[in-house]
Amino acid sequence: LAPWVPVVGLEIHAQISSNSKLFSGSQVQFAAPPNSLVSFFDASLPGTLPVLNRRCVEAAVMTGLALNCSINKKSLFDRKHYFYADLPAGYQITQQRVPIAVNGSLSYSLCIDNKMSQMVTKTVRIKQIQLEQDSGKSLHDDTRSQTLVDLNRAGVGLMEVVMEPDMCCGEEAAAAVRELQLILQTLGSSQAVMAEGQLRVDANVSVHHPGEPYGVRTEVKNINSIRFLAKAVDYEIQRQIEELENGGTILNETRAFDSKLGCTVPMRDKEGKQDYRFMPEPNLPPLILYDAKSLPANMNHQQVINIDWIHERLPDLPSVKREKLVEQYGILPEHSFTLLNEDGLAEFFESVVKHTQMKPKKVIGWVLNDLLSYLKQHSLTVKESPVSSFLLADLLNLLEKKEISSTAAKQVLAELWKGEGKTPLEIVKEQKLELLQDQKELEQICQAVIDGQENE
Amino acid sequence: AALKDGLRSQVSAALKEGRVTPTELCQRCLALIKSTKFLNAYITVAEETALKQAEESEERYKRGQPLGILDGIPISVKDNFNTAGIETTCASNMLKGYISPYNATVVQKLLDQGAVLLGKTNLDEFAMGSGSTDGVFGPVRNPWSYSKQYKEKSVLKSHSEDEESDWVITGGSSGGSAAAVSSFTCFAALGSDTGGSTRNPAAHCGVVGLKPTYGLISRHGLIPLVNSMDVPGILTRCVDDAAVLLGSLAGHDPKDSTTVQDDFKPFELPNLTDVSKLSIGIPKEYHAPGLSSEILALWSKAADLFKNAGAKVIEVSLPHTRYSIVCYHVLCTAEVASNMARFDGLEYGHRSDMKDSTESMYAATRREGFNDVVRGRILSGNYFLLKQNYEKYFVKAQKVRRLIANDFVKVFRSGVDILLTPTTLSDAAPYTEFIQEDNRTRSAQDDILTQAANMAGLPAINVPTALSERGLPVGLQFIGRSFQEKQLLSVAKWFEKQVQFPVIQLEEVKRHDNGVFQHQKSASFS
Repeated sequence: LAPWVPVVGLEIHAQISSNSKLFSGSQVQFAAPPNSLVSFFDASLPGTLPVLNRRCVEAAVMTGLALNCSINKKSLFDRKHYFYADLPAGYQITQQRVPIAVNGSLSYSLCIDNKMSQMVTKTVRIKQIQLEQDSGKSLHDDTRSQTLVDLNRAGVGLMEVVMEPDMCCGEEAAAAVRELQLILQTLGSSQAVMAEGQLRVDANVSVHHPGEPYGVRTEVKNINSIRFLAKAVDYEIQRQIEELENGGTILNETRAFDSKLGCTVPMRDKEGKQDYRFMPEPNLPPLILYDAKSLPANMNHQQVINIDWIHERLPDLPSVKREKLVEQYGILPEHSFTLLNEDGLAEFFESVVKHTQMKPKKVIGWVLNDLLSYLKQHSLTVKESPVSSFLLADLLNLLEKKEISSTAAKQVLAELWKGEGKTPLEIVKEQKLELLQDQKELEQICQAVIDGQENE
Repeated sequence: AALKDGLRSQVSAALKEGRVTPTELCQRCLALIKSTKFLNAYITVAEETALKQAEESEERYKRGQPLGILDGIPISVKDNFNTAGIETTCASNMLKGYISPYNATVVQKLLDQGAVLLGKTNLDEFAMGSGSTDGVFGPVRNPWSYSKQYKEKSVLKSHSEDEESDWVITGGSSGGSAAAVSSFTCFAALGSDTGGSTRNPAAHCGVVGLKPTYGLISRHGLIPLVNSMDVPGILTRCVDDAAVLLGSLAGHDPKDSTTVQDDFKPFELPNLTDVSKLSIGIPKEYHAPGLSSEILALWSKAADLFKNAGAKVIEVSLPHTRYSIVCYHVLCTAEVASNMARFDGLEYGHRSDMKDSTESMYAATRREGFNDVVRGRILSGNYFLLKQNYEKYFVKAQKVRRLIANDFVKVFRSGVDILLTPTTLSDAAPYTEFIQEDNRTRSAQDDILTQAANMAGLPAINVPTALSERGLPVGLQFIGRSFQEKQLLSVAKWFEKQVQFPVIQLEEVKRHDNGVFQHQKSASFS
């Protein structure tokens, strides 16, 4: 049997973190009462016009720079037409001809064979990033044969990030998306929480034999978490392989991931291929961005965006942060990977290190093994940890000063989880876990034990 | 003060001096609207709110604190501009009963300066047409149909015909606004101009019709036909008044990203006496097929007028003029198809009772809400925007548009200041004759002389010039350089003074205008 090469590309929509929408002044807010955040423009009232939100452009530029893209100093807006209840104007304003950023890359890490100790770095090319409007939401009420439309989300700014088909499996796709999520959260350009719809991923999957052209691809939608992304992609790859090996063909179709069944199913037929009748958006002039070189002297800086200025102010990206952690604390790369992978864990670790004499190389074990596993077991986030970094630091100090053994320390920690407000020292005293340092006292105890044994 | 007085020179002064009050003016206009109802110029008359605005204005005058020249001045607005609390229909079933929650920027500006909004004027449905005959509220009648001047000339033929059917069209699509100004029911009106929709009816109704430079006046709140060509248009009875309106409306609007950022300085029109430094261009392509010999002669006479006054008058060429109609057709229908996509009955406007599915509801709503003209343009536009057709039609048309615009650039760069052309091919046609051809044919014919200015975004103005043999108005058009409205209007004003276009003699106006008649000298041009 000839081997199969799976090919996976991703289209990711990240909701921009901004106060107001991409082209109108209405607020951006999750879970507000239906139709309470809708401006005249969002509702497509006739005669209203789009006005570009500066913050959204900055978010896209930041993201483009963080993904090593070329920022297009001139980009254009287009209308993409289709009729749907959640699209009031009958078209979406997007960037089809010339998007704001192109030709970037994203590096991400994977563990080989699930061993944390063997990490490998992979890269996926970023085709482009474009600014576009989010649609509203429609809820189908089949019992009453009606569709309920909520336009709160209509017009919210999105960055569509297109990743080239450089990935080969669910794990890679998941890792790439995870890294993108961390980057977006670090930049603040998107909160990127999948559960709140701030990050939506569609996967394009195909398979082919080595040396042959790419196979027909399917698009997989309705993926609601990174875990499901990996599952959906792997399922679809398998499905396609089986289909082809049984002599079948792959249709160029859109499929939905059913998380309950763990499989992909064809989506309702959208009546053949859509022709979106793209047309330039006539109400928005081309978006012109500047850098230090091209910025005219007399320009009002409120009116322009300077790419270099934004570049200078980018925060440390996750990959840089990881390196710094390794360098600064002498921990292993896989350690720093895990630290950044949990929201707040890196800060927790650094706080513990700051408040303890124990070496970071030893602290990391306590943080990653003891603390993190407990949190995971109880589905808690770092923020929700009953053991604060100060408490853990206190405990580790006791251990470091050899006032308790490491076994005793684990016992104290177990007690600390109860969150009863006791300090480590208090618990040590309560449970009489102090290490005896006095030589004579130790000799006496040993002697007593030996004597005890002889009596038997 | 009389209804026919110019704003700046007479009415404003009269208001300030208390010789007439805003309430009186308003009441006179409202009464005249009622007695000229047969013109069908108005879709909605906002009597209550207008009187209230007039009262408030009166208070300000009493306190000696009027907001400006426009305070207390009755104005009408084409029914494709959003007016908060007052129905905005675009003469379409789709928006019958639609009460907008916001004012168009230009409407707000007028109200902020104390203008009195009398009502919304009639138009072709969604501004698609050149006759103001294709709206759901019926056609607009040209006031000149009932003028002494026209009746005198048609005495010979009308004895066998029903006088009722003899009336002539206003032109379009801002026919209601043009008729309103022409019949003295308001001092100025807002229209819109996409391919000539302000200048065309201005010419047929004997009023001044100004199309400003694209990007000078905000389109926020103007229900769009072609976003890349639409401008709010200004209709007045004299060029000075157009300058006043322009000054109160122009300027950057943050709500409209296509308005220019530069500061606009309202100007007072100089009284040009010396035109010897001017260079007037006569584009030979505007000698279009179908141009009546009458208008051709007038155009020629106008050119001579400038020449005799010392101006340099030269023939120029705008070689791509002949492509402008077909180019406009592609770009206009494409934008229409896009702009009309929002009318689905879901958020506002007409919604069909069809409930089988969302899509069937959409389809039925749009079939019921739009007339044939609108639907025809939507279908054409969608065809041109199909992926397989986009390059061939839309992109090609954009390129041709660039060529048309460049024609003007070249001519203006060669030293020509202003272009002088006819506005229409002939005087106003009788309604019964006009409707013999369909909207598309008529638009293609009638837009030929006005359309290119929209393609190029240039300012242009119709100045009423003379009466035709049938006793109907004929106007001539001046086209200027981008953002050089001051020069354009100065030349137009000079020309206006030379030709002394006659005042319309309307029975109804005589009855309502008790003031002293400002009998303008009828040293008419022809």
